[in-house]
Amino acid sequence: MLDFLFGQLVATHATFDVVTLSDRTTQALAEDPWLAAGYALLGLAGVGGFLSLLGMALIYVERKVAAHFQCRLGPMRVGWHGMLQSVADAIKLLLKEDIIPDRADRVLFLIAPVFSIIATTLGLILIPMSPSLQVVDLNIGVIFISAVSSFGVLGILLAGWSSNNKWSLLGAMRAGAQFISYEISVTLSLLVVTLFAGSLQLSEIVQSQQDGWWIWRGHIVGLVAFFVFLIASTAELNRPPFDLPEAESELTGGFHTEYSGLRFSFFFLAEFINMFIASALAATLFLGGWMPFHIGGLHTFNGLMDLIPPGLWFAGKTTFIIFLIMWVRWTFPRLRVDQLMRLEWKFLLPVGFINLFAAATLVITKLYFFPW
Amino acid sequence: MAVKVSTLDERIKLTDSADSPLDTQEYFINMGPQHPATHGVLRLMLKLDGETVREVIPVLGYIHRGIEKIGEHSTYRQFVHLTDRCDYLSAMMNNWAVSLMVEKALKVELNDRIEYIRTIMAELERIQSHMLWWGVLGMDLGAFTPFLYGFRDRELITDIFEETIGCRLTMNYIQPGGVMDDIHPNFVDRVKKVIEYAKPKIDEYEELLSGNVIIQERLRNVGVLSADKATSLGVTGPVLRASGVPLDLRRVAPYGVYDKVNFEVAVGSVGDCWDRYWVRIEEIRQSMSMIEQLIDNIPAGKTMLMKPAKKTVLPEGSHYAQLETARGILGIYAVSDGVSDKPVRIHMRSPNYNNVWSADEMTRDSRIGDLVANVSSIDIVVPDIDR
Repeated sequence: MLDFLFGQLVATHATFDVVTLSDRTTQALAEDPWLAAGYALLGLAGVGGFLSLLGMALIYVERKVAAHFQCRLGPMRVGWHGMLQSVADAIKLLLKEDIIPDRADRVLFLIAPVFSIIATTLGLILIPMSPSLQVVDLNIGVIFISAVSSFGVLGILLAGWSSNNKWSLLGAMRAGAQFISYEISVTLSLLVVTLFAGSLQLSEIVQSQQDGWWIWRGHIVGLVAFFVFLIASTAELNRPPFDLPEAESELTGGFHTEYSGLRFSFFFLAEFINMFIASALAATLFLGGWMPFHIGGLHTFNGLMDLIPPGLWFAGKTTFIIFLIMWVRWTFPRLRVDQLMRLEWKFLLPVGFINLFAAATLVITKLYFFPW
Repeated sequence: MAVKVSTLDERIKLTDSADSPLDTQEYFINMGPQHPATHGVLRLMLKLDGETVREVIPVLGYIHRGIEKIGEHSTYRQFVHLTDRCDYLSAMMNNWAVSLMVEKALKVELNDRIEYIRTIMAELERIQSHMLWWGVLGMDLGAFTPFLYGFRDRELITDIFEETIGCRLTMNYIQPGGVMDDIHPNFVDRVKKVIEYAKPKIDEYEELLSGNVIIQERLRNVGVLSADKATSLGVTGPVLRASGVPLDLRRVAPYGVYDKVNFEVAVGSVGDCWDRYWVRIEEIRQSMSMIEQLIDNIPAGKTMLMKPAKKTVLPEGSHYAQLETARGILGIYAVSDGVSDKPVRIHMRSPNYNNVWSADEMTRDSRIGDLVANVSSIDIVVPDIDR
């Protein structure tokens, strides 16, 4: 119908060829080893640089968003509108004394933050930011990410245990219970999309949304899965209203009470990058990732949408979800431990299971939109 | 109903519940004196079983400054400004309590202007105290935004104080025989403007927190304090009223011009955190309506009836006066020898001291998160406990 109205501007929308950095490396390896090495180095440096820059940027954004929710300006002094505040903070954290409590388990205490940051980095390399901007594209991408993200809880548990502080231990125990519980809901909602897309590979999941994003193509099921994912991953990120492992007003600092300086900043950074990963994952799975907004069959409309580069689509969607998570943080109070568990086991988990069955039924009966 | 009295030795004994299938052991943890949720330097010894709080033992004295002892070496007028440093959020009411005691002892009749100004000031103080409490409650429950909202609106009231008095927190304004200085010419307009501004803000507060599912979950049926327990613990103020006991000295034994204004005493029914929350929000509204009734009718007259330079000697014997601060009943007890202008002994019956002990009653067998909510809903100002 729209085609008729607008005329046949673009016959079919462009198809996207996914070329990841690891693909480039393997291709180049046969012809030019130096180029391959260059690609590999680019990948490493890219991820490292992206990790720290993104962390700083997110912290800045968080502070600004929080400030404007609270009728104040936030950082304004360092650089234009406080742009360099994060840099100043990073320098401060680097220069701070690294205190290790006397009776702490030294080895575990030192390792714990590294666990957190490694888990985060591993998750980051899988995110498809645009057809040509993805480091690795594993064929088990979804499972890999959920496996790696549960690896991060190990760092928190170790931190709480090794600090030899009762508050830290309480925080760590809370974290353990919380992460294990909410992991299930996250996985259940990931499975919904996997069922729809018929693949675990992130790039293929994105490609499968060529006729529309799963959040609306899977109508109610997609929407429910999206919200379950958003709630459960907020809990996994340990951000308010689920920030019980930290719970400043209850446990002083929770698992990182005893940490200072660089090691504290590792936890801090990991938390913010995890927020990015969760948002990027939500965007990729439910909002099409870098896939522009398409409606199956409307070629003209889809062609117009293709004019906006995929990278921008990805950035926009991810930013939107990050903003949602921040919005929730600065509005809601914190749940209590038993309420948190009740929410997962008595509400989200049954909803997730029912939703998964509904999704399976939809896939079999092809009742979702554009099932060709 | 009597409260079971147990010694500290009994209370700090840990029990090993080896008969339970999960062999757990109780342990102690110190909450405070440096802890974000203890509002200063309150130290709570928690006997915990996992996350469950078995016993809360407040340990006091971390900000003890010997204010009562200093009071024995200062005149009554000097003592007034020490009371600012006790419950700094009810500074005005603290001043008033001392003044009331002195005036009662000397049988000074005050004119209406003084009484009106005092009442308005005290109600403004109550509003700003409750606003701050609301913000801090939000923060204790993990929502940071209310904290700044509360402070934003409270600033406007402290601005009013600053204009008339020159101080924002420790005002030393109400003094025996009157008030320190006359109100600023802008005072009436400004108070009206602020009340006009703050009224919709209270609705905004309610929108932000009251209706929130999580807040309801965190506050309803949490920290229930029955009326019996509350009275036997000597709890006063909003905490007592939330338990269903309508004891408000402004109504029961009016001072100032509280007998001339219409207001309702907010009384809860269950005595849980939600009732304490609701009572305070309602008290803000009632205080605003009181100020609205009074602000246009401030009569003319002198504002200081006792010469500041004159030596004030109370008659021999003991003197007592009490009033309702933002946190409960504050009583000032003084013994005079009838010769010196300094009291032989002066004592404050501070509301916070009695209220803090109800934390144990409220929190027993609930979670650490509930403890934070309870302590916050009692609204403790620690310097007033230790004095």
